[in-house]
Amino acid sequence: MKRVYVNEQWCLGCHLCEYFCAFANSGQSDMARALKDAVICPRIKVEEHDGISFAVNCRHCTEPLCVKSCIAGALSVKDGLIVIDQDKCVGCFSCIMSCPFGALMPSDTGVMQKCELCTSNSAGKPACVQGCPNRAIVFEER
Amino acid sequence: MKYVIIGNSIASVGCIEGIRKTDRDGSITVIGEEPYRTYCRPLISYLLMGRTTEEKMAYRDERFYSDNNVTCITGKKAIKVDPKQKLVTMEDGSSVPYDKLLVATGSRPFVPPMVGMDRIRKKFSFMTLDDAKTLEQSLTRHSRVLIVGAGLIGLKCAEGILDRVKSITVVDLAPRILPSILDETGSELVRKWLEDRGLVFHLADSVAEFLDDTALLKSGTVVPYDVVVLAVGVRPNTELLKEAGAEVGKGIKIDDRCATTIPDIYAAGDCTESHDITIDQDRILALLPNAFMQGECAGSNMAGQEALFDKAIPMNAIGFFGLHVITAGSYIGDDRLYQSRNGYKRLFIQDGLLKGYILVGDTVSRAGIYTSLIRNKTPLEDIDFELICASPQLMAFARKDRAAKLGGVQ
Repeated sequence: MKRVYVNEQWCLGCHLCEYFCAFANSGQSDMARALKDAVICPRIKVEEHDGISFAVNCRHCTEPLCVKSCIAGALSVKDGLIVIDQDKCVGCFSCIMSCPFGALMPSDTGVMQKCELCTSNSAGKPACVQGCPNRAIVFEER
Repeated sequence: MKYVIIGNSIASVGCIEGIRKTDRDGSITVIGEEPYRTYCRPLISYLLMGRTTEEKMAYRDERFYSDNNVTCITGKKAIKVDPKQKLVTMEDGSSVPYDKLLVATGSRPFVPPMVGMDRIRKKFSFMTLDDAKTLEQSLTRHSRVLIVGAGLIGLKCAEGILDRVKSITVVDLAPRILPSILDETGSELVRKWLEDRGLVFHLADSVAEFLDDTALLKSGTVVPYDVVVLAVGVRPNTELLKEAGAEVGKGIKIDDRCATTIPDIYAAGDCTESHDITIDQDRILALLPNAFMQGECAGSNMAGQEALFDKAIPMNAIGFFGLHVITAGSYIGDDRLYQSRNGYKRLFIQDGLLKGYILVGDTVSRAGIYTSLIRNKTPLEDIDFELICASPQLMAFARKDRAAKLGGVQ
């Protein structure tokens, strides 16, 4: 399965992936209008320390601890993709307790959100990858 | 191959999925005492809050049993397991033969005898969907609810019904709330949070006697009530296998393949003892993730695979009115305490390993990175310890480990 991979030596720490992610999942068509003055809540997060930076989002694990730990049956595996049914999620934080990558977080409605490789929005292929100016984030089979 | 599963909750679903990873053809029969398909038991408090519905509480979608070719016998109780004839007998006298059996019978409320209990007209446990439904029917705007037990079940029940009743009083023998998962600081913090929302606590106290509509506490306090919820504790349902001759301690004894001491019989979930790797001891870990992973492991092994579940640890994520608490592992060794604006974090370190943590309030994000250090017994000398103490982050791992985690590079 194609996944998002991160090459940290190319990451500029520009955080554009976070903005493209937030925009892709905003449901709006104009990026400036969607993000201007907004506190963004992206599903990908850049870690930075001591001159090193890289982006982290869901790894779509083959043994997904988040799915196994979900008390609401809201997380599931669909053709290798870990997806969340936000209608079933009650926001108990069990997935946050379980994910070894810290890749799930509350959405602005309180239930959890996660990267679904832009399959549930209109971005086509992952927006973080499309928006990365230095090809530090790639979408490929490995 | 004939697979039979006694119990129809989370471990049972894990087992079905574990079996079907390798065996698409064997017959699977599930025997469930409750008249429902598998539902998310921990959501009963959210149901009463209106945060979910009975329909949404289904653990898997409606095609789960048919997609996995499972025969479901619900509303019937298994009363005997005969390991010689490999037969499960039901209370109506019918029987089901098995080649491989999973016992996932869960736990039941433990109700200590209290004087005058027969005088309580509206008395409930809070473990099942039916418990939640009958409790809901008896509540009115004027109900004064007395909850016996300030543990996870009692307090989630309180959160679930607070908005629809007049008052909630919680009594517990322990001097503080949630003692199984929190330290004193955390107990105090969560108790104040709950008191601010209207809960009344009588701790280090107990009911001396129930009268018709008042409870007399040992301390002399008189608590008027209309409805009583008993949430003192739970006990594993071990009788079926004990009578069949399996080794049973506090829970059913299983090995790291989730096999019991009887050939071809496996067990998973709240009825079993797990091997807690943080203290290297067997103990009951009645947690949903544990139940699923044990059931899945048992299912794989029942279908002829060699699966191990050897990473059991205590862990809990729980929230009350927007205050979140995540805890894991054991509170042993040296500890480090970090105050934050709206909560705190406490880490426990022993023998160069993270053994446990308590996160309350604004410190809970990315907690799973800490959990993974405990589960994987990651030597803290291999990571940037100060960095990871500050906040859970992948930056604390060595470059080659980050490459493996994020770049798929082995």
